[in-house]
Amino acid sequence: MTTENSAVKDLADQGYKYGFVTDIEADTAPPGLNEEIIGWISAKKGEPQWMLDWRLRSFKHWESLLDKEQLPTWANVSYPRINFQDIIYYSAPKPKAELASLDEVDKELLETFEKLGIPLGEQKRLAGVAVDAIFDSVSVMTTAKETLAKYGVIFCSMSEAVREHPDLVRKYLGSIVPYTDNFYASLNSAVFSDGSFCYIPKGVRCPLELSTYFRINQESGGQFERTLIIADEGSYVSYLEGCSAPIRDQNQLHAAVVELVALDDAEIRYSTIQNWYPGDAEGKGGVFNFVTKRGKALGRNSHISWTQVETGSAITWKYPSVILQGDNSVGEFYSVALTKLHQQADTGTKMTHIGKNTSSTIIAKGISAGHGNNTYRGLVKVMPKAENAKNFTQCDSLLIGDQCGAHTTPYLEVHNNSSTVEHEASTSKVSEEQVFYCSQRGLSAEDANSLIINGFCKDVFSKLPMEFAVEANRLLALNLEGAVG
Amino acid sequence: MLEIRDLHVTVDNAEILKGVSLSVNAGELHAIMGPNGSGKSTLAKVVTGHPTCRVTKGSIHYEGQDLLRMPPEVRARAGIFLSFQHPVEVPGVRLDHFLRAGYNEIRKSRGLDEIDVLKFDRQLKSTLKAVEMDPALLKRSVNDGFSGGEKKRSEVLQMTVLEPKLSILDEVDSGLDVDALREVAGGISRMRSPARAILLITHYQRILSYVVPDVVHLFIDGRIAMTGGKELALEVEANGYEWVESHDAAHSSA
Repeated sequence: MTTENSAVKDLADQGYKYGFVTDIEADTAPPGLNEEIIGWISAKKGEPQWMLDWRLRSFKHWESLLDKEQLPTWANVSYPRINFQDIIYYSAPKPKAELASLDEVDKELLETFEKLGIPLGEQKRLAGVAVDAIFDSVSVMTTAKETLAKYGVIFCSMSEAVREHPDLVRKYLGSIVPYTDNFYASLNSAVFSDGSFCYIPKGVRCPLELSTYFRINQESGGQFERTLIIADEGSYVSYLEGCSAPIRDQNQLHAAVVELVALDDAEIRYSTIQNWYPGDAEGKGGVFNFVTKRGKALGRNSHISWTQVETGSAITWKYPSVILQGDNSVGEFYSVALTKLHQQADTGTKMTHIGKNTSSTIIAKGISAGHGNNTYRGLVKVMPKAENAKNFTQCDSLLIGDQCGAHTTPYLEVHNNSSTVEHEASTSKVSEEQVFYCSQRGLSAEDANSLIINGFCKDVFSKLPMEFAVEANRLLALNLEGAVG
Repeated sequence: MLEIRDLHVTVDNAEILKGVSLSVNAGELHAIMGPNGSGKSTLAKVVTGHPTCRVTKGSIHYEGQDLLRMPPEVRARAGIFLSFQHPVEVPGVRLDHFLRAGYNEIRKSRGLDEIDVLKFDRQLKSTLKAVEMDPALLKRSVNDGFSGGEKKRSEVLQMTVLEPKLSILDEVDSGLDVDALREVAGGISRMRSPARAILLITHYQRILSYVVPDVVHLFIDGRIAMTGGKELALEVEANGYEWVESHDAAHSSA
């Protein structure tokens, strides 16, 4: 067996480090979905009538899509039909009282997040980062709220925002991803539980990295978080989300919606490190990650940047997009997607150029190992009035072994002659020669693979906030652990 | 230091080495010369553990250890270095980071602590100064977009930093202009010490006027056809490899 082949085998056997289950008493809805359940979720959260009405409208729409079988089918992924009546749509650890201090947060939960590397305790927190910790359907705590409040920055759970900041929520919720957008966005709009809400006031540069950590614990539970970030004129925010889930034989559904709005001269940098449970070596279990993420660069000179490192989930279906509406606005998408085992990823972006002098950059790196299947799917659309729009797209695929697949599906729709659109694509393999070269300098085959792959991802990792670039490196190394030839 | 006995090696089921015996002692520099396809590079690969080489007969011992039982990285950590004929590109990995990774693996294998970034950088800078090499190479991705000369210089630089006991240089002189050749030769000469051995594989005599070998072996068709002192290289230069082949044939029939 050559070095490369044994590395591939070991990749496939690689264990998942975040697979533990937290044994905690939970307040859980019965499985299934109907108007009654939605009313129950809304009541649990103490929501106003307008919110419930919006949920119910979304539910009606979703039901009609389900009746007409209008589920998304175009992605290059395959999975058995999901029975939506088997899913638990709400689960919250008990007791869920308003938490005034850390002492009131369940010890089990604190330990859970600590094990995940997200210490919430005052002494241990990451410096310069505010964390919203979400466990199944609810936010268990948000750190550093007081510090942020001094700057007028609002960072809280979506449930709290619905109650405390209804004007902002009503104005923007669903304004970028309407509940009619797609099947999973409709479902999310009907049942969304928690998520983070951020508002950065005019001219404020958010002093901390904002970050949300999502954890699915409930067996056969779904997580339907909703995140909304509003950057007012001239403001700046960097936001990061991280995700993990226990090892379960059954698939768990994660159908999130994220909406970003950047007003004049505002900038939002949104980073994701996604490490949901990917399923086992036979392809059993794992999270279905069906997510709609979209930003609107609404104002002049606004800037929205998505950076994602996708290493987990059985299936990833995700296209963080930017609508470049304001003149001179900028949209960016930097992505690393790793598929190993039997993972499938169909991910990419949509850049819609509406305003003049808008520019977008897409750098997508797909890594396939084991039986993994990786598809980049991206749309660049230049509208008639988008004078001098510019796009640059680069898609690189790296193959490890010969059982995996990589596909690139770019779509271009250009309706303005003054625009410039460039596309570059490459496919390469981690070669036996590269591994040997590294080994000859003293590196094990495992370290060699990890080094080569990190090098391949460099252009994307360099876009992550410093603290998390290290985390991303570590995560990839972890995913490649056990690759000794 | 290196003991090769009756070594037979196949690559893709073709026999390339057909019974090579070679003994290299500490302090010596051996030049291996021969025409293309005579098996010189295969010798370098089999000693360093390249996965395509299959040993069908014979043995290799290094400092008394059976080398064939050691994976390539263990051989590297034990002090064997190969300067590649075609150095491999590793895009996105900076040469200085790459070197530190290897350097630390070698240290760890000897029970030493890993060296931190700052200390390593300082050490690297002073090494570079000593060998008069351009530090700009260090910040670039390993061999990515390097010219032929830069690749060879980078190999010699890596050798200098990793301080191997046994250096095997596979056609380190090919494709170099006179200045680069002098620089590379200088790097090799500085590695010579009573504790170290060097195997210099080359097609041409010209590098041997800068780096004078103790022993010269002539490789023909997977075997060492002739062994001699430094003057042997000059004879080859004057008469060509056909001369060796005919000489070899006459020698065998005699």
